[in-house]
Amino acid sequence: MNKDTSHINSLENEAIYIMREVAAQFEKPVLLFSGGKDSITLVRLAVKAFYPAKVPFPLMHIDTGHNFPETIEFRDRLVEELGLELIVRNVQDSIDQGKVKEESGRYASRNMLQTTTLLDAIEEFKFDACIGGARRDEEKARAKERIFSVRDDFGQWDEKNQRPELFDMLNGDIEHGQNVRVFPISNWTELDVWSYIEREAIEIPSIYFAHKRKVFLRDGMIWSAEDGVVYRDESEEVIEELVRFRTVGDMSCTAAVLSDAVSISKVVQEIRESTISERGARIDDKRSEAAMEKRKQQGYF
Amino acid sequence: MEVLKIATAGSVDDGKSTLIGRILYDTKSLTTDKLEAIEKTSKQRGYDYLDFSLATDGLVAEREQGITIDVAHIYFSTAKKSYIIADTPGHVEYTRNMVTGASTSQASIILIDARKGVIEQTNRHFFINNLLRVKDVVVAINKMDLVDYSEETYNKIKADFSELMSKRDYQDQKITFIPVSALKGDNVVNKTDKMPWYEGQTLLEHLEEIDKSDIFNVGTPRFPVQYVIRPKTEDFHDYRGYAGKVYGGNLSVGDDIVVLPSQTKSKIKDIYFYDEKYETASRRSSVTITLENDINVSRGDMIVKDGDLPTIEKQFTANVCWMDSSQLTPGGKYVVQHGVNKVLAKVDRINHKINPDYSGIEENVTGLNVNDIASVTFKLNKPIFYDQFKNHRTNGSFILIDTQNNNTVGAGFIQ
Repeated sequence: MNKDTSHINSLENEAIYIMREVAAQFEKPVLLFSGGKDSITLVRLAVKAFYPAKVPFPLMHIDTGHNFPETIEFRDRLVEELGLELIVRNVQDSIDQGKVKEESGRYASRNMLQTTTLLDAIEEFKFDACIGGARRDEEKARAKERIFSVRDDFGQWDEKNQRPELFDMLNGDIEHGQNVRVFPISNWTELDVWSYIEREAIEIPSIYFAHKRKVFLRDGMIWSAEDGVVYRDESEEVIEELVRFRTVGDMSCTAAVLSDAVSISKVVQEIRESTISERGARIDDKRSEAAMEKRKQQGYF
Repeated sequence: MEVLKIATAGSVDDGKSTLIGRILYDTKSLTTDKLEAIEKTSKQRGYDYLDFSLATDGLVAEREQGITIDVAHIYFSTAKKSYIIADTPGHVEYTRNMVTGASTSQASIILIDARKGVIEQTNRHFFINNLLRVKDVVVAINKMDLVDYSEETYNKIKADFSELMSKRDYQDQKITFIPVSALKGDNVVNKTDKMPWYEGQTLLEHLEEIDKSDIFNVGTPRFPVQYVIRPKTEDFHDYRGYAGKVYGGNLSVGDDIVVLPSQTKSKIKDIYFYDEKYETASRRSSVTITLENDINVSRGDMIVKDGDLPTIEKQFTANVCWMDSSQLTPGGKYVVQHGVNKVLAKVDRINHKINPDYSGIEENVTGLNVNDIASVTFKLNKPIFYDQFKNHRTNGSFILIDTQNNNTVGAGFIQ
C-alpha cells in the first residue's frame, strides 16, 4: 500500500486522523449532518476511521423545514443502511417557541435561524465537539478557520484569538461549557470532495445531478419554483429547465445552475471547467462582503 | 497529482497578499464571481489597478486596516500539482502565526521589498524557516518595478541575505532568489522582458519543480496509538485494533515491534485500512494495526520497531517558541502535547534566549515573553518517547498547553 502518493489519499489520511482525535479527546462528539455532499463525505470518512467498530458518535441534522425532500429521504436511508444514530432538531420548533422570528419578503430564508436551534441542541445534549463539513476554500473567513475551533458558552467564534495549530497536533482541551467545532475536510477543495465521491462510489442525493425542474430567474440566479418555499413575485415567470444544485442548503437560499451533468464523472468534469465558485450560488453570502464572518461570530457553522 | 504546502512570510506592505492574488489570477484560479468582487471593491476605493490582496484578506478588521492578521489558507492547482498556501502575517506581534504556517509547510516564500532590502523582519522570517527546517525557501524580491528593475539592487539584496545564510543552523536548506513584481505580474507566473539580466525560473516554475517526496524527513517509523478499536461484535469478537498515523518510515506485517512505555515485544499481525488488509503501511497513512500477542496498549503509547527505540526520558531540552501574552518562567507548569500524548511538565530552567535576528544568545533570562525563542529544559511527570527534531520532524516536536485556560501557548523543537 502506498497511501500518500496521491493528493486525495493524503487528504483522506488527514481526515481519518482528525476523526480519531475527536473520538479520543471528547466525551460527547456529534457529526453535524445536512444531507449535503460534504457531510455525506464526513460520514464515509467516519465509517472508515473506526472500522470494524461502529462510528462512536451520532449524527445530528438541524432541519430548517425547507429542505429538499430528496435530501430527507436520502438521509433516512443512509442512517438506516449504516446503522447510525440520528438526532433531528427542527427550526420550526424554535420558531414556535418564539426563540427566533421567521424572516419575510423576497429574500426570506431560514438559514440564519438554524444557529439558534443548533446552539440549543448542543446545550440539550451537552455536546463538546461538533464535526462539520466546512472547507477553507469555500469562503474568505473560512480560510482562517482552525481544524479544532473553540467556541465559548454562547457558541461564538473569537476569530482574532484563535489557538495556533502546529504540525498535526490538535489541542482539544476545553473548559466546561465550551465546545469545539471540528473540520476534518478543512483542506479539501470542492473538486477534491467530488473526486472522492467518485472514487469511493458514494451515493448522494439526486438533486446534485441534472434534472428537469420548475424554476424562475431572479438577480441572474435560478431558483426552485417547486414546493412553494422560495418567495416568488407574480411577475417572476416559472419556466422548466435542466438544472442541478452545487450545494444543498436550505431551499430558500440555494440556487440551481444550468447543467446536463447526469453522473458523478460529468459533475467532476463540469466543476473542473467551472468559472463560478460554489458559494456564488448562495445568496446568504452576498448580503455583504463580510456576511460569512458575521454569521460565524454568532455561532453559525 | 501531488500537493505542496507553502508558507509565506513578509513584513507589512511587502505585498504578500498581492503576490498570492497575482498567482491566483495568472493561474486562472480566481472564479468569475470572486474576480467581480475584487473589481467592484477596487473601483469603490478609487484604485486604478486590481487589488489582489482582497482575494485573501478574509476578516473585516484586515480589510479595514489593509493588513493580514491571521493565517489564511489558499488553494489552487496547476496541471502538475495542487497547492496550499498558508498566508501568514509579517507583524512582529504575530510571529506565532508564522511558526504555525511554517510547521506544516514543505516550502516557504520570504518576501523582501526591493526598496527596503534585508531588514530586521527578514532575519526573523529566515530564522524561523531555518529553525523549523523548511527544506525549500524562495526569497522573492518584490516591487522590482519600483526600483527600475535594477540588477544592482537585486544583487545587493542577494549579497545581504547570503550573509544571513552563513549563520544558519540548518545548512542543507535550499535557497532560491527570484526578482518579481507582484503588482505587475513580472516573474510570478509569467516571464517578464523587463529583467533580461535574470535568467532563472519564475516563481511558479520553481514551485512546480519542487520534489515533494524530497522534502519530508525520512526517519524511522513511529506509530503513536491514537485510539483503540474494539468492535465487540460477533464477527470481530476478539479484535483489538490500534488506530494511528505512521510517521517517519514504513511498517510491515511481520515486523518485530516494541510497545512503549511498557517495552512489551510483539509482531505486527495485520495492517488494515478500512476493510482491506495491506502488507505495508507507509508514512502518513492512517491505518489500524493488530498485534500477534494480546497485550495492553492504550492511547498515548507508541509502537516502534524492535532495535530502533527513540529516547525514553522524563526530561528534555528544546528550542521553544513562546506564543502567549503571559510569561513563561522557571517552575511554571504546562501540559506538553507530544503527538497525541499529553504529560504534565515543569519548566526546570531557561538555558538562554536566542535572538531571532542572528545577533546571538542572551543568558540569565528570567522569563519568556510572547515571540521569544529560547532553549528550555523541562521535567515531566512521566517519560515521553522522542527523537531529536533534526532527525524526526514529527516525533521531535511538541506544543505547550496552559493548564489554566487550555490555550496553546508555545511550540517546541527537541534538541
